[in-house]
Amino acid sequence: MISVKNLNKSFGELHILKDINEEIHKGEKVVIIGPSGSGKSTFLRCLNLMETPTSGEIFFEDVDITKASIKEVNFLRRKMGMVFQHFNLFPHLTIKKNITLAPIKLGIMTKEEADKRAMELLEKVGLADKAEHYPTQISGGQKQRIAIARSLAMNPEVMLFDEPTSALDPEMVGEVLNLMKELADDGMTMVVVTHEMGFAREVASRVMFMENGRILEQGEPETFFGNPQNPRLKEFLSKVL
Amino acid sequence: MGFINSFKDSFYENFIAEDRWRYLTDGLKNTLLITILAVIIGIILGFIVAIIRATHDKTGKMKILNFLSKIYLTVIRGTPVVVQLLIIYFVIFGSVDISKIFVAVLAFGLNSGAYVAEIVRSGIMSIDNGQFEAGSSLGLSYRQTMTNIILPQAFKNVLPALANEFIVLLKETSVAGYIAIADLTKGGDTIISQTFNPFLPLIAVACIYLVMVMFLTHLITKLERRLAKNDKR
Repeated sequence: MISVKNLNKSFGELHILKDINEEIHKGEKVVIIGPSGSGKSTFLRCLNLMETPTSGEIFFEDVDITKASIKEVNFLRRKMGMVFQHFNLFPHLTIKKNITLAPIKLGIMTKEEADKRAMELLEKVGLADKAEHYPTQISGGQKQRIAIARSLAMNPEVMLFDEPTSALDPEMVGEVLNLMKELADDGMTMVVVTHEMGFAREVASRVMFMENGRILEQGEPETFFGNPQNPRLKEFLSKVL
Repeated sequence: MGFINSFKDSFYENFIAEDRWRYLTDGLKNTLLITILAVIIGIILGFIVAIIRATHDKTGKMKILNFLSKIYLTVIRGTPVVVQLLIIYFVIFGSVDISKIFVAVLAFGLNSGAYVAEIVRSGIMSIDNGQFEAGSSLGLSYRQTMTNIILPQAFKNVLPALANEFIVLLKETSVAGYIAIADLTKGGDTIISQTFNPFLPLIAVACIYLVMVMFLTHLITKLERRLAKNDKR
């Protein structure tokens, strides 16, 4: 579904991603872990061109998105939902309008269809009673669940999660992870950057360890966590587990 | 008693005799007309320039338009508004017979536009980049993100500053007399030239400006309070 070839990304002198080659298949739940500054968020953000790669190719369903026009990129992004660390809900709109804005403005749904879909999604994330509230009135965990619902409204084929629980109070992490688990069970293709090792162990079909702009090791969670090979991964796991 | 009588006489002489109060009310009409039309031009122009500048800052596009905008801002903000008014009247439209009010509206509108542009631009730049990212991650184009997500928030943030700019503009139109427009200030001037008594006309003119500014300030305070309430919601 997504195929990355020789991906490089630099910010000025800083070489963040170094020659990354990777394939992500339909239905996979890929969890990326690694220390801060390892490039895992940058890698994720390259997948929907939130960051423009310095060199290399990224194929989404056989289209090289690094060579696509702006219009094509906007169209591709509809199929790739993204959830941010800081939620990025639109504070001037109600929860429901946060969800319906894009489908209506992009002409995918009429207002009635979008409203109906929004209520279904709010039902799914358990926040139907908040539809007419504003983002400032709800908790962090609720905000993130709304952000997930907002992405789902576009019926994406893959969901990218950029540290979705890192900005949350500890007691709110669970509700977001549970929702993500549900999504995974529904068969959604997911790429998740996170520090939640429990989630990686339980939900991931594949775990990746990134450091210094490279993917040092990856595998199924059982062998990845049970029998890590790379010394850096061993050290990292010994610190976080 | 002598003081009150002389005040009465002076008041009669300056405002009642020969309907001189009309100079003030007619002048006030012109002042308000120029201010309101200039505000409209200023807002439209200011938003356009602000969007060009912010788009250039964010995406690196619109190089030429951004360059022109920068020249506009530098020239307008670097020269006095009276000089701009005189140049537009005597140089640009020097050989054309044209309504003075129109010239004043154009001059003050152009002038205000430059200040509005920088206010709005600062409003756009103050919106967290995550809002842009959220918009584009949903597949919205730059323009859709701008109009539906960024500008409504930016506008709300800069409303008080914008309102302030309009108070300044209202007072600045007092130089319209330089091209012989009979605005409020000029109206006071005209009365003085007939009665040779500057005290009351000038105080009256000052009071009228003061009352208008106080009224606008009161509106802004109310507006700010309402916006603050919306933020808490």
